[in-house]
Amino acid sequence: MAEKYIARSKAIAARMLGGEMMVMSALDSTFFTLNEVASTIWQAADGRTPLSEIVAGKVCQEFEVDRERAQLGAERFVEELSQHGILLVSDQPLIDSSPTPVSQ
Amino acid sequence: MTTTLAATENETVSLEIGGMAIALRTGDPSFRRLVENRYAGFVGPSASSHFEFDIDLCEPRESSAGDELEVKIETGEWLLNWGDLQARWNPDTGHGYVRQSCNPYAIDAILRIVHSLILAKEGGFLVHAASAIRNGKAFVFSGVSGAGKTTISRLAPPDATLLTDEISYVRREGNRYIACGTPFAGELARVGENCFAPLSALFLLEKGPQNRIEPISPTEAIQRLLRNILFFANDPELVKLVFQSACEFASLVPIHRLVFVPDQRVWDIIG
Repeated sequence: MAEKYIARSKAIAARMLGGEMMVMSALDSTFFTLNEVASTIWQAADGRTPLSEIVAGKVCQEFEVDRERAQLGAERFVEELSQHGILLVSDQPLIDSSPTPVSQ
Repeated sequence: MTTTLAATENETVSLEIGGMAIALRTGDPSFRRLVENRYAGFVGPSASSHFEFDIDLCEPRESSAGDELEVKIETGEWLLNWGDLQARWNPDTGHGYVRQSCNPYAIDAILRIVHSLILAKEGGFLVHAASAIRNGKAFVFSGVSGAGKTTISRLAPPDATLLTDEISYVRREGNRYIACGTPFAGELARVGENCFAPLSALFLLEKGPQNRIEPISPTEAIQRLLRNILFFANDPELVKLVFQSACEFASLVPIHRLVFVPDQRVWDIIG
């Protein structure tokens, strides 16, 4: 299966608060609150690290979850956020994307 | 075909909300009087205005009901279109132009939009909320239509000063916020008092079987606050600004859920 690369869109506003990541689309004002696992994926979405590496290296390590299950969950999460333009997804590294830094 | 009503002389009325004065220049004395009456208590001296609009009155367009409001920025100017209301405003020069029918709701829209844009740059906002001052402190009661904004306003005791039952004006001053009175009335059908006080708390309204103040998670507070902030412009940079403003606000001002029974006892736990 082809690798997926994900990057945070620039057309968003985000802030971490009390362990939860809030993300709002600057295009349609859709608001998301990300749980810990989703926040981990979000923060690792640098456009250069494949999603499978994010899942294996961060999600499975930090949350001790089964890799296959974690990968499926991650792909669903990425799909949903990409539909709102919040995450950019590509089968090539998103080198020029320079994702939005995460505010704390 | 629209016709412009003849301008016989310059008539200016200045409306000051939240310490920000906007002068409205019209050639129609009856329109000036309509504005003065509608916004009584918020009329100030024209010489102190921060911004000014020239208003050109026209005949109402038949099919304007149901038109959607459009607010956008082009080459540094904000453009507003809503039915037979067209306006543009340059925030740098402070000057704007309005073409509208002799309809006070159009001026209401202009004022709400311009003030929301001004406040956004300063970290403040307009919000669907009632607000009142009690014991020198302001309290904001936010909620969507039907949440109880007018109800809690009607129940306010005599020692509370009502700032508005519909649209609250929240202004940032350093690390504090103040709530200011506005002329934007809801079902109470009366303008608020033109005064202000430091904001002590924001309550998210819910009706329930007993009066109680409940904690709320920061993320839920911000999400619900954002839903109630007035925002008209389709501009991504402004959306980001409003989001950050809501986050900053939540970090500095207590936000609680206020569950209340629609009787006066709710005010025993406020202020």
